[in-house]
Amino acid sequence: MWNDLLMGSPVYLSAALAIIIILVDAFSGKNKSLTFYFALISLIAVGILSAYTMNMHGQPVPEGGFSNGMIAYGGISAVFDILFVIAGILTLFASQSYMRAQNVERKEFYSLILFAVCGMSTIAHANNMLILFVGIEIMSITFYIMAGFFRERFTSVEAALKYFLLGAFATGFLIYGMALIYGATGGLLDFEAIGAKMLTGNVDFLYLRIGFALLIVGLSFKVAAFPFHQWAPDVYQGAPTMATGFMSTAGKAAALAALILVTKAMLPSNFDPALISDKIIEMTDFTTDAKWLIAIISALTMLVGNISAVVQKNVKRMLAYSSVAHAGYLLMGIVSNSINGWSGIVFYSMAYMFMQIGAFVVVGIIEKNDGRMDLKDYTGLSKTNPMLAAIMGIFMFSLAGIPPFGGFPGKYMLFIAAIESGFTWLTIVAVISTIISIYFYIGLIVYMYFKDSETPMTEKFGFSKATLTLVISTIFVILLGIFPTYLIDLVKGLF
Amino acid sequence: MLVDYLPVFIMIALGAIVGVAFLFGSEYLGARRSTKVKQSTYESGMIPRGTARNRFTIKFYMVAVSFLIFDIEVVFMYPWAVQLREIGFTAFWAMLVFIVILFVGYFYELKKGGFEWD
Amino acid sequence: MQAIPIEYYLVLSGIIFSIGTIGVITRRNAIIIFMSIELMLNSVNLTFVGFAANFGDSSGQVFVFFVMSVAAAEAAIGLAIVIALFRIKQTVNVDEINILKW
Repeated sequence: MWNDLLMGSPVYLSAALAIIIILVDAFSGKNKSLTFYFALISLIAVGILSAYTMNMHGQPVPEGGFSNGMIAYGGISAVFDILFVIAGILTLFASQSYMRAQNVERKEFYSLILFAVCGMSTIAHANNMLILFVGIEIMSITFYIMAGFFRERFTSVEAALKYFLLGAFATGFLIYGMALIYGATGGLLDFEAIGAKMLTGNVDFLYLRIGFALLIVGLSFKVAAFPFHQWAPDVYQGAPTMATGFMSTAGKAAALAALILVTKAMLPSNFDPALISDKIIEMTDFTTDAKWLIAIISALTMLVGNISAVVQKNVKRMLAYSSVAHAGYLLMGIVSNSINGWSGIVFYSMAYMFMQIGAFVVVGIIEKNDGRMDLKDYTGLSKTNPMLAAIMGIFMFSLAGIPPFGGFPGKYMLFIAAIESGFTWLTIVAVISTIISIYFYIGLIVYMYFKDSETPMTEKFGFSKATLTLVISTIFVILLGIFPTYLIDLVKGLF
Repeated sequence: MLVDYLPVFIMIALGAIVGVAFLFGSEYLGARRSTKVKQSTYESGMIPRGTARNRFTIKFYMVAVSFLIFDIEVVFMYPWAVQLREIGFTAFWAMLVFIVILFVGYFYELKKGGFEWD
Repeated sequence: MQAIPIEYYLVLSGIIFSIGTIGVITRRNAIIIFMSIELMLNSVNLTFVGFAANFGDSSGQVFVFFVMSVAAAEAAIGLAIVIALFRIKQTVNVDEINILKW
């Protein structure tokens, strides 16, 4: 029983600390830094425990005990935990200086980060659809609050309302899908049991198809994939910039973790032909159709995201559309439905997390009073703030997938995984949309370095905690670009 | 098997007929004397004043949300109460943890001034 | 006593789910949209309970409790957001909420 507690500790600890931070928040009065440091220490503790439990995967999930087999341990869940914790810490540092710069520091934001991390690690550790649902809801509800955190700004509240209504709508689809899968498999919620049942082929394929499609619809909303991406640009533009950075990276990674769990259980790649001789045609049909469904979503997401980003004038909105496009790239890993694809997702969402949060931190440093986010506001940045411009340039190159930076190996892995699984056309679409994306990423660099305007950026930006976030992100973007094999090998060994 | 439900259908039909009959009966047979009292919103009740389209103060919203949360969370206690004897102390401690978490939420609301309604 | 087949539950919950979905798409008042979403969640509850009764398995019913409490939490957040919106803009009509392109 105690071993059980230890192995699931990232989930339990993040939940317990999230509850305690409420009390810290309530009883610390006007002291804001106490909540800040409590959140920081909590995130570090969760991160350490995740790293510690990382190698405990492969052990059978014990029945009974604390989780009753509902929580998966170690392995890839722990890697996702570390991703969420790093995203949380980076956001924590950046949000403090961001909120101070906007003159609206409220300590609730720090506890919300911890809550979101709790929800996301619940998703990553889910071994049961119920836990998955609860985790997705903890995360989503926290994000609704984060989006509307600047409650006196209309843009922020508008973003929150749109996110809330569409997110709750998506939740409806998500759980209807879960209900039908529950029915199709004869009363199973457990992913391992569903996977085993799928191998026997003893399921109701009508319910299964509808349920799976609805589940994909619900999760597509959460990763902001076409045709359910319309909320993303509005929400990402209106929400506080640090919340956007957090939602569009860690939130997307969590939704992808959920997709990995679902597809891993429901699309078995190596079923035994003898076992399901009469059902094998239906079974192959189902897996092929499911993969094609996700492949089409993925292809359209990339194209729509990148093409819409080209015409944007607002940098935050441009990054939002690029985030939609990146959801498309990441879905390629789900399509490939193999260890290579999944580890590509983990690697790329890690690299993407650093570069996207970094880019949003730069946007947050430059923005002022809900304005100064247009492309033309970035002219002359290289002259007044050469370091900031250089860092933004690195993030843009990395997001475009240009070699020495972290975006390249991730994209490469995903492209190769898609080709290996027979979706060469998807890779061709991805390459085309990457080429389109270079146009607007480089466009921002052109504005920063080579354009003149009558109102160039004159303000100089000093050091703050956000600088720390930028430094960490830059270092990791470069490290992941130069030494990708270390993380790739680690992740591949954990599936 | 549908015949088994025949009494129910007869009941529904009777109800509908009687209801409609009374409606039209009173329409044709009843006297109509419209007075000011009869036209008022609550004929034998209090006399309404002001408009119904007032805004409510924000206190009611706080009450509504607190009620919503604490009321719905009790839903977990019904199955727990039914099964407590069978599951034993595991269920007891689990519910204790649950209630402690609810209390944390309660204290938070208290400290943040959620119950200061004046 | 003959048990009602599972399809009946599914058809009913499918109809309710569709009504909810259509409500979300066509209505313009944020509160009514949210009510339609609650209708969708309740149809899911019906599906779960129907399947759970059919299989004689209680985990579907447990799921329903979680859906209910999550719906309550969502309702609280939704009301808070709508009130914050109303304080700024004095409207709950989603057509008038369009500073950001919808």
